[in-house]
Amino acid sequence: MEVFIVSLLNGLVYGMLLFMLASGLTLILSMMGVLNFAHASAYMLGAYFAYTISLYVGFWPALIIAPILCGFVGAAIEMWGLRRVHRNGHIAELLFTFGLALIIEKGVQMGWGLLPVPYRVPALLDFPLFSIYGTNFPAYRAFMLLISGMMFGAIWLGLTRTRIGLVIQAALTHPEMVGALGHNVPRIFTLVFAAGTALAGLAGVIGGNYQVTEPAMAFTMGPIVFVVVVFGGLGSLTGCFIASILMGLIQTFAVVFDVSLADLLAKIGFIVTAKTPLAEVLTVTLPRIGALLPFLMMVLILVFRPRGLMGTRDT
Amino acid sequence: MTAIALNDVRKSFGRTEIIRGVTLNIPKGERHAIIGPNGAGKTTLFNLISGRFPISGGSITVNGQSTADLAPQEINRLGLSRSFQITSIFPRMSVFENIRCGLLWSQGYRYSFWHLLGRQKGLTEAAEALLEKLNLTARRNLLAGLLSYAEQRALEIGITIAGGADIILLDEPTAGMSHSETDYAVDLIRKVSEGKTLLMVEHDMGVVFGLADRVTVLVYGEVIASDAPAAIRGNAAVREAYLGTDQH
Amino acid sequence: MSFVRRNWLWLLAAVILLAVPFLFYDWTKGRHSGFALTLLSEIGVMAIFALSFNMLMGQAGLLSFGHAVLFGLGSYCTAHAINAVKAGTFWMPIELVPLVGGLGGLVFGYLLGWLATKQRATAFAMITMGLGELVSAAALMFMAFFGGEGGISIDRVMGTSLFGISYATPWQVYCLVLIWAFIAASLMKLQTETPLGRIANATRDNFERAQFVGYDPRIVRLMQFTLSGFFAGIAGGLYVMIYEIVTFDTLGAAKSANALLAAYIGGAGGFFGPILGTIVVVLLQSGVSLISSAWLLYVGVLFIVMVMFAPVGLIGLIGMHTPIRRIGRLGELVVPYLRAFPAALSVMLGFVLMVELASNITIGAAQGKKFAIAGMLINTGSPVIWGIGLLGLIGGGFWLRIEARRFRRRWDALIEDAKRQGVVV
Repeated sequence: MEVFIVSLLNGLVYGMLLFMLASGLTLILSMMGVLNFAHASAYMLGAYFAYTISLYVGFWPALIIAPILCGFVGAAIEMWGLRRVHRNGHIAELLFTFGLALIIEKGVQMGWGLLPVPYRVPALLDFPLFSIYGTNFPAYRAFMLLISGMMFGAIWLGLTRTRIGLVIQAALTHPEMVGALGHNVPRIFTLVFAAGTALAGLAGVIGGNYQVTEPAMAFTMGPIVFVVVVFGGLGSLTGCFIASILMGLIQTFAVVFDVSLADLLAKIGFIVTAKTPLAEVLTVTLPRIGALLPFLMMVLILVFRPRGLMGTRDT
Repeated sequence: MTAIALNDVRKSFGRTEIIRGVTLNIPKGERHAIIGPNGAGKTTLFNLISGRFPISGGSITVNGQSTADLAPQEINRLGLSRSFQITSIFPRMSVFENIRCGLLWSQGYRYSFWHLLGRQKGLTEAAEALLEKLNLTARRNLLAGLLSYAEQRALEIGITIAGGADIILLDEPTAGMSHSETDYAVDLIRKVSEGKTLLMVEHDMGVVFGLADRVTVLVYGEVIASDAPAAIRGNAAVREAYLGTDQH
Repeated sequence: MSFVRRNWLWLLAAVILLAVPFLFYDWTKGRHSGFALTLLSEIGVMAIFALSFNMLMGQAGLLSFGHAVLFGLGSYCTAHAINAVKAGTFWMPIELVPLVGGLGGLVFGYLLGWLATKQRATAFAMITMGLGELVSAAALMFMAFFGGEGGISIDRVMGTSLFGISYATPWQVYCLVLIWAFIAASLMKLQTETPLGRIANATRDNFERAQFVGYDPRIVRLMQFTLSGFFAGIAGGLYVMIYEIVTFDTLGAAKSANALLAAYIGGAGGFFGPILGTIVVVLLQSGVSLISSAWLLYVGVLFIVMVMFAPVGLIGLIGMHTPIRRIGRLGELVVPYLRAFPAALSVMLGFVLMVELASNITIGAAQGKKFAIAGMLINTGSPVIWGIGLLGLIGGGFWLRIEARRFRRRWDALIEDAKRQGVVV
């Protein structure tokens, strides 16, 4: 039971982190049709920026400055890169962001080295908040929940209460209509791209010291965010939210239960030995399958239900 | 013999019913035009007949066969071919290759990867004969995307008829053309639809009355009249619903 | 004679490729350079792989992020076949062993393609990415077939040659790779001229139109995918022959990305583009990686520059000169090119210098490496050297802009002239 509650909380923390990344990507993919490979790179940049800034002025200013820097990087990418490539179609845009992700990863290696950097949780939050059945729950995770919850609220208010938010909402489901309504489409695109990147940067700031800040973090996070976006469905932030939380829970719980099919079969009296057909499949433990699960889900969803959980159209 | 038979065909998008019970029989060899004000559902009707959208109710038969659950390519293989309102060609292939692609299936090549196209004399000759008919021989090796608008429209008609379908659906074949271009297109359509069933959506009344044997008037998803051109011109209901408000 | 006239380009390439290893021949010892031969063999294999990738991207408009799966599975199949022949399970001439890889690629191409080709465009790209990750993860789970982290090792000296060749030396393997590369490349070229090849173009341009001329785009995609798997598998089979080992990273995303980079940099529009791109990428990968750890960064920057400024690729850039050559005025571009060259060189050197400095500070220093140019040790922290790099990059950038504008005017005038003479429309 205690494992269950702690895992539930951890899953929630991870899920909210995923949502901060995936919400921006959903906005960008739904409105602009760009499958942004560099999105997870912004997550990584956020973590590295925050690390460097916190060396000089501490964690709290970094929490504000790093996402803003990421936002500027995003705006620059959109205005000087994507817009130029746009006329060559979506595949060209996708390739552009793919190349960008490659360069950013190498650039981070050049700038900060191949090894993980010691980006740590601020001392102020480095204590166990409470403990359930002897397992500590770190205060920093509660802080992450708080930040991501506030971001969720801010996105929601921004989209439902502001004029530009309403335009963005319309563009989510009917991207071709926005131009027809006389709005400045390029500026909205830049804004959404910059905001999405800043959000990913913020996720990096609070996620970098929760996980590990290293050059490979973008390439491990990237596909998982894609899965969440596909799972949630194009054009639906609600779907994206549900998918993020589900994915967070799935991944957390899969790590906790160290069982395999063979163990389950043993319970009903069937012992798997090396000679059993498919022994290798049966003895794979759940944590190892858990790492594969996102990709399996992505393939299956795209093949059999391309509009995802709550999408308004096919991916 | 009936080429296309629509029986109480319905189509809804969400809660809006766009096609509201259309029944129409088009005999073989007839040149038939569908007219109607904007938003009447003419293009939607084309999309239903050609299998681009599934129907919500009723039934459609093409050359005596029901098209329920058939994919567009399967309907095409029943002998029905169509053009699009917005020019639909293969822009990054040459004009000649566009026509040849239109011919491939009907000449039995299917998905072959063991025939070399350069060696298929009959195929090449057929494609070249069609290019001649379309007056596009001079443009043979140009990328189709670089043709002028009128030439692209002609090319699309070429792709549409290349497969030898005996039912041809043309969606506004003369839209956006100048007078001389229209005259040329009408001649072309008359030439290529010789001995075939032709169904077309058209806004230009000159074209409609010049080409069609019979005219159907579609208003808000319903057929209000279907008759010979002369009778349609005299039909009071049509005048009121259509010609009176949207004179061409 | 007409065969020679029609295929002179292929014959010329064959002669050059057979001659190139002798540039690196060690005449004193009477031996080929193993490094050069391995590099050339790698180019041959990766060229087949990039061409098979382009059967999807260039020909059918399908962007795959998991193409290496078919390459790698081809490798594994070949490795197992070689080991089985060695163990005496069955007999097979060594020259035909890459075909096993091809068949493996064909079968897995059909199976995986059955899933992937249900979609097109972005969704297709994402499915192939997912499949790529799944298969490379599975490679670490199933020891029997994939051999875990250690992979599967083989001994290519099988003694079953049809011609009594041992394949103990890299030269013999290189010749085998060349022959297969020519067979595969010409088959792929011929495939573009078949009904399926053309209809693949048609579905790329306008899949709906293809439906309305009687074709099922899904089947076109699936067949194209399967055939491309066949050629990727052959490349994988040859890969095992060169290195005598296959590990799970032959299946991985990095390998898939290599094909994408090569095909795009070379130019996906023309048939020969991917070959050109492969030469560039492999040379950067194997040559530059000896002296710099930043080769992938250079490839990435080259890729981005191509995507932004020259989506037609290197082959397309070369092709753009055709009308000017036809009117016989190519010579007039020599001076503008020569003028732009030092500016471009300055930008490039400035950029490379700064990247190398940074890389030495963060990565090289940790490995105890010193930074030296032409034997001179350089203090990587010195502001002077950084200033030189920055000046080269930014100053050269402005200079290049001016020259590029001048070049552009000349170019436009020549193209205008070509238009007047009716060479281009």
